[in-house]
Amino acid sequence: MRIKLRYFASLRERLGKSEEVREVPAGATIETVWEMLKRERPDLAVVERSIAFAVAQEYVDKTHALQDNDELAFIPPVSGGCYV
Amino acid sequence: MSDTPTRILCKITQGPINMQELSDFVADPGAGAMTTFVGTTRNTNDGRHVIRLEYECYPGMAEKEMTKIAAEALARWPILKIAMIHRLGQVDIGEASVAIAVSSGHRHAAFEACHYAINQLKETVPIWKKELYEGGELWIGSQTGTTGSLQRVQEEDRA
Repeated sequence: MRIKLRYFASLRERLGKSEEVREVPAGATIETVWEMLKRERPDLAVVERSIAFAVAQEYVDKTHALQDNDELAFIPPVSGGCYV
Repeated sequence: MSDTPTRILCKITQGPINMQELSDFVADPGAGAMTTFVGTTRNTNDGRHVIRLEYECYPGMAEKEMTKIAAEALARWPILKIAMIHRLGQVDIGEASVAIAVSSGHRHAAFEACHYAINQLKETVPIWKKELYEGGELWIGSQTGTTGSLQRVQEEDRA
């Protein structure tokens, strides 16, 4: 199935792209996709613990099962507003 | 409440924030109080001399998450209306990046709801800021490698 991936902020700069479409196996979860990305970019391990995930613009955890044509966003720590 | 959408204004803007728009939206004949919060770009952070901030968001989801916060505020406090605006792109020193306005019959609810809204916005809304300072740039929030802001919010909700 085809999944649209979106990268923001520090992750977008790290990967040098803001989005892409990937073919992933049926039954794939977010974790499946993340592991796939990590095999290509081992440096992603550094940010692993700080990334949140959203599917169809709703926060979900990494065990979430993906559907064909889902949009999966990788969300680095958010920092809206002024300083703390 | 069935009229909830008409009591909420949440938006993302590319240009300067128009405070009058927020005040006009929350104005209500039943209001005895209106609180506003404005977050502005400070010229120092963590010992760095800040030149400006640059904001980006996840379009669509950012507005959605802001609207959830506003709806939660309406459910938790006896407030009349709430407006939240966040600016994107370059925000120079002294300029506003975010503004929130809340109206209520009595001041206590408006203060509390406004405080809640800005705290939640900083934790859950997919907006990011890059600090440009003398000698470099930094994505704020990404340098700490914490377990994620969403988890922190969920823990606070349970507390």
